[in-house]
Parts: sequence; C-alpha cells; structure tokens
Amino acid sequence: MSTAADVTAAGLDPAALAGYEGHPPRMGFFTDTSVCIGCKACEVACKEWNSVPEDGLQLTGMSYDNSVSLNASTWRHVAFIEQIGHGPPDATADGAHSVDGAVDAAQPDAPRWLMASDVCKHCTEAACLDVCPTGALIRTEFGTVVVQDDICNGCGYCVPACPFGVIGRRESDGGAHKCTLCYDRLGDGLTPACAKACPTESIQFGPVDELRERAQQRVSELHENGTDSARLYLQDPGDGIGGGGAFFLLLDEPEVYGLPPDPVVTTRDLPRMWRHVATAAGGLAATAVAACLGWRGSQR
Amino acid sequence: MSGRSPRDEEFSDMARYGPGEPRDSAEQVVASKVRPDSYYGRAVIKEPVWSSPEIPGYLFLGGLAGASSVLAACAQATGNRELARAAKTGATVAIGLSLAALVKDLGRPVRFLNMLRVFKVTSPMNIGSWLVSGYTPTAAVAAASALTGRMPRVGAAASGAAAVLGAGVATYTAALVTDTAVPAWHEGHREMPYLFAGSAASAAGGLGMLAVGQPAAAQAVRFAVLGSAAELTAKSLLLQRLGDVGQPYRSGLAGKLMETAEVLTAAGLTGAVLGGRNRAAAAVSGAALVTASALTRFGIFFAGRTSARDPAYTVAPQQQRLQEAAATGAG
Ligand code: SF4
Ligand code: SF4
Repeated sequence: MSTAADVTAAGLDPAALAGYEGHPPRMGFFTDTSVCIGCKACEVACKEWNSVPEDGLQLTGMSYDNSVSLNASTWRHVAFIEQIGHGPPDATADGAHSVDGAVDAAQPDAPRWLMASDVCKHCTEAACLDVCPTGALIRTEFGTVVVQDDICNGCGYCVPACPFGVIGRRESDGGAHKCTLCYDRLGDGLTPACAKACPTESIQFGPVDELRERAQQRVSELHENGTDSARLYLQDPGDGIGGGGAFFLLLDEPEVYGLPPDPVVTTRDLPRMWRHVATAAGGLAATAVAACLGWRGSQR
Repeated sequence: MSGRSPRDEEFSDMARYGPGEPRDSAEQVVASKVRPDSYYGRAVIKEPVWSSPEIPGYLFLGGLAGASSVLAACAQATGNRELARAAKTGATVAIGLSLAALVKDLGRPVRFLNMLRVFKVTSPMNIGSWLVSGYTPTAAVAAASALTGRMPRVGAAASGAAAVLGAGVATYTAALVTDTAVPAWHEGHREMPYLFAGSAASAAGGLGMLAVGQPAAAQAVRFAVLGSAAELTAKSLLLQRLGDVGQPYRSGLAGKLMETAEVLTAAGLTGAVLGGRNRAAAAVSGAALVTASALTRFGIFFAGRTSARDPAYTVAPQQQRLQEAAATGAG
C-alpha cells in the first residue's frame, strides 16, 4: 500500500498516502495536560470560531465538567478528575511542589485535580475516514481528518468506528461533525482557535514532527522533576492508530481521562473480515446447492 | 479513583429499557482481572446512532432476501419452479423493505445516492451499497419474470445474478457491524459472517417452508436445517471467543432476544427434521425459523449497543492486551 517515500522516521505520511504532492508539513496538537487549569477557553473559542451550536445546558455533577464528552457539537472537551485521597502523586522526597498542584508532604490525603482538554486525534490511520461510505470524510493536505458537510449523508458509520468516541451525528442537521483542526484557519496560516485561546500553552499547535520532540522534552523534564506519572499518549507512530496528529501528555492512566488505553483502528482487521465474508458467502451458495441436489419433483 | 455511574447514566438506561431492566455491568465480570477505571462511568466509544427497528431489521431482511435468491437459483436449476417463484418473490419484497429501512435511518435520507459517488473497499457500507444497488433490480426482474412467465431467458439470467449478489448481500452485513470499535461486534469478526450466513439460510428456508408445500418444500427444509445448524455452531464459537466481552449477549434485553431466538431455532430445526412433510408442521417450523433469525439480528444489535455504552468492555480487553505485551516483553 505505502511506498517507501511515504514512510518517514516519524511514521506514515498520511497526506502523501492520500495523494497530495508537495504538501505542507503535517500539522497537529500537543496537549500538555500538566499545565491545564480547566478554564475552558478552548471549548469556548472552538464554539465561537466554528459556529458550533449549543450542546445541551445541564449540570452533570461531574466536577466542573458539564459538556460531558466530545460530540458532534463539542469539539474540545475539558475533563475534570478529582482524585480525593490520592495523596501527593509524585511529590519529591521532601514534599516539594509537583506540577499538578502544590503538594504538602504533611497531607498525604490531599486531593489532586486532573484537567485535560480532549480533541479529535486526527489519527494517522483513521477509522472514521476508512469506513465513511460517501467519501465525506477526507484527509487534508495538512494530514488532518475533516468532514465535508455537503457530502455527508448522515449514515452514522463513522460514529461507532472511532476508537475514541470523538465524532457524532448532530440531531438538528442529521450530519456528522467533529474537530477540523480549524482547516479554514490553517489555510490562512493561522493557529487553530483553541490553541490560540489557551492561556497556559497546554494546547500547543505546530508541525507534528516538532511537537513530538517538544513532547519528549517535556515528559523528560517532568520525570526529572519527580512527576513519574507523566506519560505521552498517542505520540508513538508504532501504536494502534499509527500515532495521533493530536497527542497528549497525561498524568494518570488514559482510561482515567475516559481515553482507551490501547486503541487499534478497526480497519486493520478488515482484510480478514472480508476473507471470512467471502468464505461465508461461498458457504451459503454451497449450502443451497447441497440442499437442492438430488431433488425429484415427484418425491412424496 | 474517579467516580462511577452518576445517576443520569441510570436514567438514560431506564429511558431506554424501562425501570425494570437492570443495567448490565461488565465490571463485575472483569473486575477481578483488571482495574476498570473510567471517567465517571462514561462510555469511551460512542454508541451506534443507528436506530431500531430500522438497522436490525435491515440486517435481518437483507439476509432473508440474499439467501432466498441463492435458494431460488438452485431450486430453479433443479426444476423446482414452485419454490423458486416463492423465494424470488420473498427476496424482492424483503430487499425492498430493507432498502426503505436503510434510507430512513440516514440522518439525511435524500442524500442516499452519495453512497455511490465513490468505490471504497475500506468501507463495508460502501461496498454493501453497491451490492444492494446491483442486487435489488436483478432480484426484482427475476421475480417479475417468474411470476408472469414472461422473458424466461432474462429471468434466468437475472436469477443467477441475484444469487451471486445475494450471497454477498446476506453476508457483507457481518463486516458492516464488526468493522467498528464496538467490542461485542468487533471481537467476533471471525465468526459473525458465518453466523449471518447461517441465520440468513435458516430464514430463507423457513420462508420457503411457509410458502410452499411438499414436494417443492423439500429443498427449503434442507436449506433451513443446514442453515440453522451452521448458525447455532457459529454463535457458540463466537460466544466462546468473546469470553467476558460477550456478556451483553447473555444479559438484559439482548440476552432475552438471543435466548428466545435460540429456542425458536431449535424448535424450528426439530420441526423441520421431524415434521417437514406435514404441511402445517412445516409452516409453523418455518415461521419459527424466520422469527428466530429476526430476533438474532435484534439481539446482536442490542448487545453491541450495551457493549459500547459500558467503558469496561472497551477498557478491560485493552488493559489486558497491554499487560500481556508487557509480560512477554519482560519475559
Ligand atoms: S479520533 Fe476518531 S474522529 Fe478523530 S480522526 Fe481518529 S477516528 Fe476519526
Ligand atoms: S455520517 Fe457522514 S461522515 Fe460519517 S460515515 Fe456517514 S457519510 Fe461519512
């Protein structure tokens, strides 16, 4: 499928695989949740720039999270996790300050608060794009994954195909919607709205290669500071989705943030599925032949 | 330790199934092996937005139609015109209904034809749309010719084409549901096509048993018997492979549907073997098999929904995979 030229040291080049020649570098997000303050500026900026409609006004009782999850009308979602009685997560021996909140060694039961801004991962191997029957979902020249609203017929296939539960179908217009990585802004050389609005640079935007390096640096820095729980999520081109165009620095297991610990794009198994379908179809025909052979119309 | 299951989660289940229906939990099943942490008990993946009865109905009717066309062609080739005519008529009605269900389920039904603006093997729904688009007119022509007796050559050609395409229509839907992140579907992707093929043959044979008497029905009886035997075998293999992830097939609404389907299949199978020559017994057995096939598809559909909704089904197998990888890496 892929030629040598499409596979760089950083993994597959999705834009080249999609047929773009001389395309711009792959762009993405590195979301460093260790500095997120839960201000939701990203959620608001995204809604405003992309004219994303209201997505239900409700109090969930889930800490300060009232937008619940990514969806057709929530393209950035800030998760709030209150870990009460967790103790100082990675305090250095003398109880020094850890990045994810001031930690007092005298209070091992102190709560810790994790905040993380989630977004579409713009997967290198994107299930939503693979399964879309209309070609509404496309790979852009920036290596991102975008829905063409004028093509989508609302079949809903992309929705359960995404291993992260990102894309959704909107009740009001029947179409599927998700983060576009601000495709319109990228075309004009602008930073996506969420990254622009983020006051702590928790959301960093740039060429994916560069962001991967920056993420690596940041995680080493945190480990040196004693935050052993810091880990990168989806930055590895060798993972089950070929790495994300948007990846994350987390302070706990992915599932704590509502993320799958080891996602694998469903279409990796599709060749095998087609083989079994072909065998089953052949079996169906053979069964009919077996059922019909030897029949005599005059049979009693 | 993040919170588990806020109240509204329960409410949404109650809204779906009524207050009497307990919520299935994979946590009890898998808790002993792994740490099923989650974000307030929220789903990791999205539940399919496909609605019922449209999509499970589509899975059932597509299978019934496709397998009926396969049976019709074989019946015709062996001179069983009566069964061929009935099966062709059944196939055409079934595919018509299933197409209507499919279009109705779209968020934007007027754009159904956008399915055919590309050809994409990575999308079972796209391939299926091409198959169904080719199949529907051939099945209709075959039925029209069989019913009117006109243009027998065209009818025979159409009948052959409908059989080939029909075998695809009856089985591609297995790839359709398993090519998703839904654990109870995806993890069964090896067995599902055989389950669907068996269930389709069982339904098509059942329909034949309902529609015609002996001696024409003899082929339908045999098709139904072989089909339901294949279906039961594939189903048990599927559940064996799924292990804990298969829990949604055993509990709640899906569990009831699957169980009823199995009882009806067994009854229909027995009736077909023992009473296949008695017109009334054959008709009752046939009806049982058709119903069983429908219930199986609904059961599979609802089991998928349940497994998508509970984060444990998504997270636990992935954690296990990571642990195993770490173990092999270390050892
Ligand atoms: S995260 Fe989901 S919606 Fe986003 S590109 Fe990957 S598969 Fe598609
Ligand atoms: S809902 Fe739209 S974007 Fe999603 S798979 Fe269907 S046609 Fe493609």
